[in-house]
Amino acid sequence: MSDHPELTKLIFGRLTWDAIPFHEPILLATFAGVVLGGLGVLGALTYFRLWGMLWRDWITSIDHKKIGIMYIILGLVMLLRGFADALMMRAQQAISFGDAVGYLPPHHYDQVFTAHGVIMIFFVAMPLVTGLMNYVVPLQIGARDVAFPFLNNFSFWMTAFGAALVMASLFVGEFARTGWLAYPPLSGILASPDVGVDYYIWSLQIAGVGTLLSGVNLLATIVKMRAPGMTMMKMPVFTWTSLCTNVLIVAAFPVLTAVLALLSLDRYVGTNFFTNDLGGNAMMYVNLIWIWGHPEVYILILPAFGIFSEVVSTFCSKRLFGYASMVYATVVITILSYLVWLHHFFTMGSGASVNSFFGITTMIISIPTGAKIFNWLFTMYRGRIRFELPMLWTIGFMVTFVIGGMTGVLLAVPPADFVLHNSLFLIAHFHNVIIGGVLFGLLAGITYWFPKAFGYKLDPFWGKCSFWFWLVGFYVAFMPLYVLGLMGVTRRVSHFEDPSLQIWFQIAAFGAVLIALGIASFIIQLVVSFMRRESLRDVTGDPWDGRTLEWATASPPPDYNFAFTPRVHDNDAWYDMKSNGYQRPVTGFLPIHMPKNTSAGFIIAALSAATGFGLIWHMWLLAGVAFVATLVATIVHTFNYKRDYHIPAEEVLRVENARSRLLAGHV
Amino acid sequence: MALLKTLRGLSSLLPLALLAGCDTVLLNPSGDIAAQQGKLIIVSTVLMLLVIVPVIILTLVFAWRYRQSNTTARYEPDWDHSTLLELIIWAAPLLIIIALGAVTWISTHTLDPYRKLQRIDETRPVPADAQPLVVEVVALDWKWLFIYPEQGIATVNELAAPVDVPIHFKITASTVMNSFYIPALAGQIYAMPGMQTQLHAVINKPGDFEGFSANYSGAGFSHMRFRFHGLDAAGFDRWVKQAKSAQGELTRADYLELERPSEREPVRRYAKVADGLFKAILNRCVDSDKLCMDQMMAIDASGGLGKAGIDSVATSAVSNRPYVEARLCTPADPSGLRLARNESPTP
Repeated sequence: MSDHPELTKLIFGRLTWDAIPFHEPILLATFAGVVLGGLGVLGALTYFRLWGMLWRDWITSIDHKKIGIMYIILGLVMLLRGFADALMMRAQQAISFGDAVGYLPPHHYDQVFTAHGVIMIFFVAMPLVTGLMNYVVPLQIGARDVAFPFLNNFSFWMTAFGAALVMASLFVGEFARTGWLAYPPLSGILASPDVGVDYYIWSLQIAGVGTLLSGVNLLATIVKMRAPGMTMMKMPVFTWTSLCTNVLIVAAFPVLTAVLALLSLDRYVGTNFFTNDLGGNAMMYVNLIWIWGHPEVYILILPAFGIFSEVVSTFCSKRLFGYASMVYATVVITILSYLVWLHHFFTMGSGASVNSFFGITTMIISIPTGAKIFNWLFTMYRGRIRFELPMLWTIGFMVTFVIGGMTGVLLAVPPADFVLHNSLFLIAHFHNVIIGGVLFGLLAGITYWFPKAFGYKLDPFWGKCSFWFWLVGFYVAFMPLYVLGLMGVTRRVSHFEDPSLQIWFQIAAFGAVLIALGIASFIIQLVVSFMRRESLRDVTGDPWDGRTLEWATASPPPDYNFAFTPRVHDNDAWYDMKSNGYQRPVTGFLPIHMPKNTSAGFIIAALSAATGFGLIWHMWLLAGVAFVATLVATIVHTFNYKRDYHIPAEEVLRVENARSRLLAGHV
Repeated sequence: MALLKTLRGLSSLLPLALLAGCDTVLLNPSGDIAAQQGKLIIVSTVLMLLVIVPVIILTLVFAWRYRQSNTTARYEPDWDHSTLLELIIWAAPLLIIIALGAVTWISTHTLDPYRKLQRIDETRPVPADAQPLVVEVVALDWKWLFIYPEQGIATVNELAAPVDVPIHFKITASTVMNSFYIPALAGQIYAMPGMQTQLHAVINKPGDFEGFSANYSGAGFSHMRFRFHGLDAAGFDRWVKQAKSAQGELTRADYLELERPSEREPVRRYAKVADGLFKAILNRCVDSDKLCMDQMMAIDASGGLGKAGIDSVATSAVSNRPYVEARLCTPADPSGLRLARNESPTP
């Protein structure tokens, strides 16, 4: 290799054997585990001859339902990685006191907390949210797919390859040591010359394209593809919150793309947007990243609010209280979420009037949020509450989330923020709203819609174990952090001197173990439910006595979702149809126009990831070739005219007859 | 403020009051600013609990009462609207936010870190003729430099101030963002390179307090800690004398040495400090080969140097190209234009 240093550099850039962490036992063991697990999966796929099925039915699929499921699988897999990071941090902080330095030196600890934040937000919460929206929204509005089915497949693969780049950083090189928002000057080339920040930038840029395009897609779907009769004020609340979330995505993600692009220019070509010298200004980065970052919080929580609305109304067997005020509250939150970003850095030294303005706008958001909580409360009032799993998550959410909301408003008071900013109180606050709000919502949504996707319910026993472990684990893990915050303990510290703090960290570590049991119970629940799927089977397509259109079709729904597009008269459309003696049509089917699978999305996304990898390692040859190939593949795809096909009427009849027989056998 | 007072009375009801018994420095601080901020935490929490507690209780009560097996409870599947209730559920949070918003507006202005102190503590206003103690703070990788311009001394990782005397901190950083925070004294404020932030505070009780960086700044961040001593007037004088009797001056060269990344630095004291060191740090020109930021901005403000501007960024003293020096800007030619165009100094 050393014979032609120029050539080696062109091909391998700055990638050398030193970048492979042979000397890190933790990483080596993880790598061995991943390789063995990976070989096992590959072996099983080959043995059972599943490659063709995987490629044809999943990887190249443009069916919104399959893409939704793939998003959720991606989110759950990445949850395991992100949570492993969390356990490592909790363990380090529980033992690293005085002379004991723990097992993670800052070099590793700093990567772990950065990766934890990045993964949990971008590659766990976002895929889970997008996955649920993808699966549910077209069904709820009575559509056959999303507006741009190919784009949907491409968006997913961009997200997945972004996640793959983050995972690659574990074994090839290292990840950023900057915190999850990579503030310059720390993330600039002078303070972080190695590949970590470049991994950060390119994985987020690639995943960000996916997120933005899926936002455009769902926005167009909701605006243009609703069933006849479904006016805006008859849309299910989950669809409403999805609409608002996608508005936020479309408006906010370009800002993230732009700010990361500016940071890349600083790092790659020596511009001075955010540097200390020559007129650069890091405060600009902090403002820009939070102009994306704060709406991002609402991008995550709004769909969760939608899920809770669906769940509460279904399991209380009652119309949602205050539909209109729910919708207005959602829209108000959407708008206000753009007027609060500065509350993330009151301590930067803006004047008192600026700080008060942003503090008060932040508090104002709690008004519509409070109205939402009361709406759920009064939906329960005079209802008939069935304590199925999704409802348990919802009640757990209502109790937990208001505490997080309260500490959030407290942090919005600038003088209080001056003492609490960056403290563990802040960490406790946002985990309180993200776990107690977003995550509980997503788990409620997954258990609620799982029977729709797979035709059988999830096992309630292991689900309840998961719920209680998560709920109790959350309180045990994060209440000590509130206390530590009030004791003036700051975040991202890997070693402490004051022994009196240790007990609180040990309690928190125990809480993290409880949460680990919650995650384990959830995985066991999936396995047990699969084993017991015959006894958990639902043939009606409507296991919960649902109220919205997704429950009107079979579980799992046929490729075309609805044989006839339903006509909507009420915002609880399916409940309305059931109450008025709806008869399922069994004859008179027509051929159905459907989009066709394509491998273009996977290929273009893979080439983009190769471009990103080349840019990270300064492998200019790879980056250039892969970039050109990405463009060529995109252009070639535009010449693909075989994009659609018709499901013949006979095929529709066959599928619908099969369902009729199932339903008859069931009754 | 009457509202604040009545709410303060309520604070004794708080479970937070129990926490105050622990070692929660935020609720039991020793400086007046931090004390007011701590009180604000309690007042705001009490205000919000007015709505949070009923919501939690109602959630649990409704969940129990309207469970499916309780067939005696009323069931109205189509009841989904009540104008009165809707008014209440929007109005209740609104009223609380109006109250909290008023508290926020007032307290943000009175506790603005840039605002000169009005009072020493709850009972004593600042005397009209009182001069604050000025401390210039520099966050380095990964230690703290404190310069006392009036006393002419400097210290590393040790800060001291006399009790009941207003302190005026001027804060900057060398390379990356940090946050200057002494929980017992007052809230934090960012320390940013090339920029100056300020903090006004006062310590009311003598003691030995902890200070640290509250904004992650890289590998040595965990140990970027210092002690803050609240001393009586005589004690502070002794502390200054001690520093004055230390060996050595903090010259520009020493600073450039000190500025290099290092961790767990022991306390150091300097009897003298190079003239204008803090201003040079702030303007990123301690290395006098570099053009100071304020000079650069002055040149830019007067229209820039055109092509010659490129010369001013050539910072290497060993290069053959001309470069702009700090002495370029003179009172007679504040923008340095004439000198830079016609008489660029060549090494």
